[in-house]
Amino acid sequence: MWPLIPFRWINRRRHCFTVSKVCVQQLHSSSTEFANIHYDGLYPGHIPTTAVQKALLSIGSGVAALQNPYRHDMVAVLGETTGHLALIKLRDRMRNDPEGYAVLTERPRIRLSTLDLTKMASLPDGSFGREYLRFLEDNDVTPDSRADVKFVDNEELAYVMQRYREVHDLLHTLLGMPTNMLGEVAVKWFEATQTGLPMCALGAVLGPLRLNASRLQSLFTSLGPWALQSGRRARCVLSIFYERRWEQSLEDLQRELNIEPPPVIPKAKKKT
Amino acid sequence: MTWACKDVTFYDVCWRLSMETSKSQNQNFKVNSKVNGKLLHKSYPYSIPLSYCFFFSFSVYKVFENVAQKYDIMNDAMSLGIHRLWKDMLLHAMHPQPGARLLDVAGGTGDISFRFLEYVRSQRERQQRRAVRFGQTLSYQDISNSYSTIETDGPRESTAVVCDINKEMLKVGKEKAESLGITAGLSWVVGDAEELPFDDDQFDIYTIAFGIRNVTRIDQALQEALRVLKPGGRFMCLEFSKVTNPLLARLYDAYSFQIIPVLGEVIAGDWKSYQYLVESIRKFPSQEEFKSMIEDAGFYCVQYYNFTGGVVALHSGFKL
Repeated sequence: MWPLIPFRWINRRRHCFTVSKVCVQQLHSSSTEFANIHYDGLYPGHIPTTAVQKALLSIGSGVAALQNPYRHDMVAVLGETTGHLALIKLRDRMRNDPEGYAVLTERPRIRLSTLDLTKMASLPDGSFGREYLRFLEDNDVTPDSRADVKFVDNEELAYVMQRYREVHDLLHTLLGMPTNMLGEVAVKWFEATQTGLPMCALGAVLGPLRLNASRLQSLFTSLGPWALQSGRRARCVLSIFYERRWEQSLEDLQRELNIEPPPVIPKAKKKT
Repeated sequence: MTWACKDVTFYDVCWRLSMETSKSQNQNFKVNSKVNGKLLHKSYPYSIPLSYCFFFSFSVYKVFENVAQKYDIMNDAMSLGIHRLWKDMLLHAMHPQPGARLLDVAGGTGDISFRFLEYVRSQRERQQRRAVRFGQTLSYQDISNSYSTIETDGPRESTAVVCDINKEMLKVGKEKAESLGITAGLSWVVGDAEELPFDDDQFDIYTIAFGIRNVTRIDQALQEALRVLKPGGRFMCLEFSKVTNPLLARLYDAYSFQIIPVLGEVIAGDWKSYQYLVESIRKFPSQEEFKSMIEDAGFYCVQYYNFTGGVVALHSGFKL
């Protein structure tokens, strides 16, 4: 059948388009597995974009995220389109660390399908796995809610970005922060110093605008400086192979990573 | 299934999928060596495998299901509000008179139908005003009759039927109708443009605005349009078309491929659907080609008008 069906080639960059030349297109349907098996781009879900499109996306997603902070997909897009340099630096840091290198080569994913929840539930209290599970239950979150990376034009950097998103919940556990606004801002400050991603920095600067006076005070006097200091002193959190450390005690892991326990734990609320 | 090359079109993908499924069913069909997008729009002497149509139309259904909620906002953002002018010009060219029956295919969110009902309402008011003006010396009996002619079955009421294959789009349209307060004379029907659920010779006007490029077999949709129209009925199709001016064409291409998917991602959270939109516009035949297709289907006095330099074209034909 092959010789009978010639495929068309694109030249999207020059935008010259005639009826016989069409663009690359992936079947748009999340309900078919086809979209995942056969994809254009460098990884499943990759959408190649030009510099102009990336610029427009970063501005648009920034505005959309500010207008409606519940649009997590816009925050994700902002992170992807602005984070190129920071991702390169992160990837190099991971490469230079032996455990980070193992993460980069083995590419573990943190998803409900890859986690063994029953085994983690059977771990003793105080162990990292058990505390992480407790965090998921208390705050009613799931590791599957992270959006896939779409606009990073390098397969390895896309994985680093994806890893950063999936490690976010683990950071909450490590730092002992709940998912209310104050806890999220504290984690963002930590991440901003650790990763250097512009999206984290933006979130760190704009997040406090939504806090009330007492929480702002707590942020600026105790939580904030602690988060910044921990971020600076801690090992690169993306370099840790968390999947092999579920049995390790949480305190042990915090000591190993150079993270001090938080000075004050903001009252955990049910995430709205 | 393996791909020999990276670059492949959406339509080729559907074709490939359909080939794979048809192979297992031992379907036998001849394939032209130049399978291209035009296959969809011309009546070749062999049949397009049904599975192709299935995959294509299923995917299109999914696309519109995803974009239904943000459809109107996206239209405004992408066309900078100009789509309203295009639709107004369609109505102006249509110039429907009170009592006309409209079938709005792929009418989804109801833009054309609402404008139609508004237009005939204002036409009816104008007629009544004229009647009153020229009837100043009526007898008392006639005047009292004119007060009660609002809901009688004297002059026939105009009705608009909105037909769309996608239930989500119809749902959005119904909600819009309720919020606008338009209830009388409007019905919502789920149906396929290639196989309309109506009898022959039913409607005075058939419109399809920005919908016919999503139909797998356009010639079939045109045949159906001919069938359901009354003799003397008018077929009107508003669709994106080929831009005539080369400079404008380049700007239009740049805008379509650079900006529109970005808008889709930011506003609707859906890059791929709007990428599909831009590609389907490019796939559609030119004004002259489409005109000959309409004539082939059996319409007379086929004309087209270009709007915005050819970005949008209005094709019109009569069933005689």
